[in-house]
Amino acid sequence: MSIYKMPSLGADMESGVLAEWKVKEGDKVKKGDIIADIETSKGVIEAEVYEGGTVEKIVGKEGVEYPVGTPLAVIRTEGESEEEIEKEISQIESEKPAKQSEKSEAEVAEKEHPATGEKKPQAVETHHVRATPLAKKRAKELGVDLEKLAQTVKGKISEKDVEEAAKKAKVPSFDKMRMAIAAAMSKSNAEIPHYYLSTPINMTPALEWLKSLNEQRSIKDRILPAAVMIRAVVMALQEVPELNGFWKDGGPVVSDVINPGIAIAMRKGGLVTPAIIDAHKMSLDETMKSLHDLIGRTRSGKLRSSEITQQTVTITNLGDLGVEKVFGVIYPPQVAIVGFGRIMDMPWVEGDAIAIRKVVQATLAGDHRATDGRTGGFFLAKLDKILQNPEKLL
Amino acid sequence: MTKDEIKKTIIDEIYEVAPEHEGETIPEKDNLQESLEIDSYDFLNLLTALAEKLGVEVPEDDYGKVDTLEHMVEYFAEHMKK
Repeated sequence: MSIYKMPSLGADMESGVLAEWKVKEGDKVKKGDIIADIETSKGVIEAEVYEGGTVEKIVGKEGVEYPVGTPLAVIRTEGESEEEIEKEISQIESEKPAKQSEKSEAEVAEKEHPATGEKKPQAVETHHVRATPLAKKRAKELGVDLEKLAQTVKGKISEKDVEEAAKKAKVPSFDKMRMAIAAAMSKSNAEIPHYYLSTPINMTPALEWLKSLNEQRSIKDRILPAAVMIRAVVMALQEVPELNGFWKDGGPVVSDVINPGIAIAMRKGGLVTPAIIDAHKMSLDETMKSLHDLIGRTRSGKLRSSEITQQTVTITNLGDLGVEKVFGVIYPPQVAIVGFGRIMDMPWVEGDAIAIRKVVQATLAGDHRATDGRTGGFFLAKLDKILQNPEKLL
Repeated sequence: MTKDEIKKTIIDEIYEVAPEHEGETIPEKDNLQESLEIDSYDFLNLLTALAEKLGVEVPEDDYGKVDTLEHMVEYFAEHMKK
């Protein structure tokens, strides 16, 4: 049997709101299935289950914020006896959650009203809320907590009250993301001794090859230069695996899968770096498809938990903004971040002549505890070599 | 389809691709990617959606001819005739 707990979706996450269950009691789940939507500073995340089985009991309530590690559901694996399950369930229900949810509500209340010492919100069920049916419907759609709203609204809650509350609520969720980025980046700069390398890469061969490839395709199958670069980074990492992994418990750990986190700007500010999972198993077309899918879901707020927790390296591309080169800040516990600037027309020496070529500045920020500049140099050299033979990227 | 109808289709698709601009007036003569702060991914999405709606696929070589709203309307009007 396993207990499904509020997952930690990033080192900076302390709690999350259980937005919606995607399973019900009695459902069969297998590893990787989406069990619930969880609202975090990174938006609404589709949480995957770590172990398969049957959903025996759902304990967590929708709309409630739980600290990381709070038991939310019980999943029965095969061949377990009724008594074992009964025992576990009664244990969770009687002691732990009661204690924890009290604590969590107190904590949450503390966070929300730190200075004023306002009365903490009562448990959800005990309150009677007066709201118009339309207001109730809108509250559900917009994810507004009517209980909380009832504390500030006099009389019956109207649809308008709900919509105004939803508007206000959007501001703090952006702040939350800002705070999460702040925490991770401060930790990075405080703990990781970065080294920085940069190399210009002639992109003309790759771009010409890509152009002729795209000419033969319908518009929806076109491949963006960004996908070419990601694919090239993945191939280079296969040859220099030391940069793909973590600094864990005082030592370097090389990952055997390559899940590059792609820095994606959110429309309302902030950024997320969700991963293309198992990018090393993908062709160029599959990489493009995954990138397309990932950007779309990032911006519509439908990422999966594995995508925001299993990155093994980060790739950032600021080319669209006209930046020449970007020196990244490593996302701990990763040990490297690869950056691309804008592809620019530059003078380029070929043999004894000077030609105009499409040139991109590729950069690497590495964790000097895990690797040395020599390793990083190897990586950038491999990356360059791969991009000069683009047909191998397919 | 008249130019006005083409323009309306384009603007509707811009709102789809970049919902944060919904309802805003899209500048006629400014570079779309720069003024709307949309990246190459969004731009490709826009052209893909327009290919479906208007039946014209803009080849990469012609991206320079669809850089502004005004140019884009012209381009589609021209190619839809053919």
